[in-house]
Amino acid sequence: MSAIGKSLKRLEDKPLLLGQGRFAADYQFDRQLIMRVVRSPVAFGRILSIDAEDARAMPGVVAIWTAADVADIPLIDFRMTRIKGLEPYRQPVLARDYVRYVGEPVALVFAEDVYQAEDAADLVFCDIDEGVVHLDATAPPVEFMPETLPGVLSEPAVITKAYGELDQAFAKASHVVELEVAVGRHTGVPMETRGALAVHDPNTGVLTMYGAAKVPHYNRDAIGRMLGLEKGAIELSEGHVGGGFGIRGELYPEDVLVCAAALRLGRPVKWIEDRREHLLAANHSRDQVHRLRAAVDDRGFVLGLEDEFFTDQGAYVRTHGGTVSDLAAALLPGPYLIPAYRVNGHIRLTNKTPSGTYRAPGRYESTFARERLMDVIAHRLGLDAVEVRRVNLIPEDRMPYDRKIDALGTEVVYDAGKYHDLLDKTLAHVGYDQLRAEAADRRSKGEHVGIGVALFIEKSGLGPRDLVRARLLKDGSIEIITGVASIGQGVETIVAQICAEVLSVEIEQICVVHGQTSRIEVGLGAFASRVTVMTGSAAQIASRALRDKILAAAATLLRKDSAEDLTLVDGMVRLRDSNTTLQLREIADQTPDIIEAEGWFHADHMNYPYGVHVAKVHVDDQTWGVKIERYVVGYEVGRAINPVLVHGQIAGAAVQGIGGALLEEFVYDESGQPLATSFADYLMPTSNETCQIEMFLREDCPSPQNPLGVRGAGEGGLTAVGAAIGAAVDDALQSPGLVDCLPIGPSKLHAMVHQYSRNRD
Amino acid sequence: MTDKVNIALRVNGKSYAIAVEPRRSLADALREDCGLTGTHLGCEHGVCGACTVLVDGKPVRACLMFAVQVGETEVRTVEGLAKGEVLHPLQKQFWENHGLQCGFCTPGFLMLAAGALEADPDISDDELREVLSSNLCRCTGYQNIIKAVKLAAAEMRK
Repeated sequence: MSAIGKSLKRLEDKPLLLGQGRFAADYQFDRQLIMRVVRSPVAFGRILSIDAEDARAMPGVVAIWTAADVADIPLIDFRMTRIKGLEPYRQPVLARDYVRYVGEPVALVFAEDVYQAEDAADLVFCDIDEGVVHLDATAPPVEFMPETLPGVLSEPAVITKAYGELDQAFAKASHVVELEVAVGRHTGVPMETRGALAVHDPNTGVLTMYGAAKVPHYNRDAIGRMLGLEKGAIELSEGHVGGGFGIRGELYPEDVLVCAAALRLGRPVKWIEDRREHLLAANHSRDQVHRLRAAVDDRGFVLGLEDEFFTDQGAYVRTHGGTVSDLAAALLPGPYLIPAYRVNGHIRLTNKTPSGTYRAPGRYESTFARERLMDVIAHRLGLDAVEVRRVNLIPEDRMPYDRKIDALGTEVVYDAGKYHDLLDKTLAHVGYDQLRAEAADRRSKGEHVGIGVALFIEKSGLGPRDLVRARLLKDGSIEIITGVASIGQGVETIVAQICAEVLSVEIEQICVVHGQTSRIEVGLGAFASRVTVMTGSAAQIASRALRDKILAAAATLLRKDSAEDLTLVDGMVRLRDSNTTLQLREIADQTPDIIEAEGWFHADHMNYPYGVHVAKVHVDDQTWGVKIERYVVGYEVGRAINPVLVHGQIAGAAVQGIGGALLEEFVYDESGQPLATSFADYLMPTSNETCQIEMFLREDCPSPQNPLGVRGAGEGGLTAVGAAIGAAVDDALQSPGLVDCLPIGPSKLHAMVHQYSRNRD
Repeated sequence: MTDKVNIALRVNGKSYAIAVEPRRSLADALREDCGLTGTHLGCEHGVCGACTVLVDGKPVRACLMFAVQVGETEVRTVEGLAKGEVLHPLQKQFWENHGLQCGFCTPGFLMLAAGALEADPDISDDELREVLSSNLCRCTGYQNIIKAVKLAAAEMRK
């Protein structure tokens, strides 16, 4: 029986379809208190006082806390990409001395129910001496907290990476092409807001937080450290999770505060974020400005590339440390040779919501920058944009390709890749020449139709390790326990398919337990397109070990000296050349010990999936709305465990990318007041703003770095969307280099077109 | 506003005698007072549609309606969609066509589509896309949702 490669229906769907999901807000405990966060109404200022007397007198209010009540809780530490010098910029769980963004938690109200908590929170008055807000990450740094941290500037770090002889490259160049591009501030915005419920059991002494997501083991350890809890005194439990996209599950102030409150107030404490809070307080992302300078020869080959970029990190450096800037710096060269490279990535703080990762972090931005550069090079040199890319692509015979720089602390070595092949096949698949001819024909009739092509490198399978346990239960079913988390992407089904392939059982016979720190001691979680690569590989190793143990146990039951004559077929053990069979249930039942096995998978390096996006757009020159008529993603996935699920990942990601390219942006006024605080202002694609995302999924280049050959598929659907749409809009309006920032909503595009024609005149 | 009033909410053919403040939303009453947590709250300002339920057959945002407004009407939520073990055609097609990923928006889409298909079994594809644009999904890119609803519509017409 083969389960891998089949588009099986998901194991996780039935409860979700029946309304039986257990999302964070669905948990209820007796005597639970509701926590409501009072947030800063201003972007920057000294906290003078917080008056909570009226709030305290409101019905149902049990307690009100300010910074003084949690002064013993340390700042929230980094989970990834710890860079020296970032420490002073970490966020406290409640604002201390200063507020630094609108929405920063300054006080907490605990009340008997949600309505009472909100009533009381409205009466908490924060007296704040407002300071001058700083909102431009490209402007010279200012002091972070002038009075309490004098001399600490709003540029915590500059990420520098370089290889090759850049000066020589510029000396040799026939052309120097410069370009400034910007990607606006947007983020994941999962449909379920954040939430947590902490319960302390006085009998066992264990504090359990429900509503965990993404990285339960890490967050368990971090909260435990921050609250001074012994190992074993805190557990995190994941239920259903309403979408991740990078931002959910990072350790936020509220997660720590509900746990502290459950301990100190002696009652279960629940916090469910409302949407306004989410848009104000959960990690934003993107928001980068790149200043590129390329040394180019006559063929359009990039001899050297220099980039200075600025990441608007917002008010504090959160759990991701310098991750986004590090990844942007490391992956900017993408699939191209670029023999010499130097980048300075400035991490800059402003008085906006703190930033973290969002699906394809650092790559959506740097891919936009690099691919726009390729288009501008082609235009300046009078060359074809695809041809310029072909000239620059790393050839297959140079693989594996050592980029000689690192990302997230590991060397960037492209494991394998057939870039030219995928480009050619994708263009043939879409009928590129005909597509362009049709667009030109429609343009000649007065329509604004254009085609854009963009290439990207992704990264996936971040190690360093993963552990999976597999166990045969007495009823003949298989239990797989993993420390990975599900954020809705189909973890249970994928892991079950890998296990089913090895054990020759139906996936319905497999129960995958994930996200429960009480069930397994190690877990790295779900991020960076790592689950199928890391957990999938560990699951395969564990399943093989379990298969060997099942066969050994069966051999004993059948009085055979060795398991060599036994095979696992169709959910039972069969004696070769005989009709003798044993059901798994019989083996489990008649074997005194539980049959279980574990599998570890280690990886020192990531793998690098890659792809090609092709966009066809129509621009309405009355409304300046951009309509996507066709969108194709060519993607090398290595091996698709479940093709329909891969398609689902890519389509969902692509539509998020369309949102980032055309609609979504967190805009602030000059006083730092956020203007996108509801879904009326933060616009995401609906079914009307999308088109069918066509998938051209390839399995031509399995990754040599894991036993399954898989490459992650969580992010590549999004990585090049901004770049492809930007190129298509340029083409539609026959204005090369027009689109130098995202998103391009109608009013912005209108303004850009007029500016462009003024510049040209 | 904070004095509770007694109401009888009829949901999925069952009556719930509950006491609610007049300001309590229908969504909160369904979730907290009736224990029907299948109706989800994604934005509480009527945009995302995760809380969509049917009131007398019409899709409404349960976050924008007060429980006391419901009166003698018949409310249907996602919990009432399947008949025992038999999934509704919409549920079946969502499952078969990967119409959900995280599943948070799913109850809202199911109820929205159920209301639309019951009101007009012959609804055109364009109208369907337009109706489905009322609700937000952040995972699927919508295409499998649209596919599933079209297939369910065909199945329901049989």
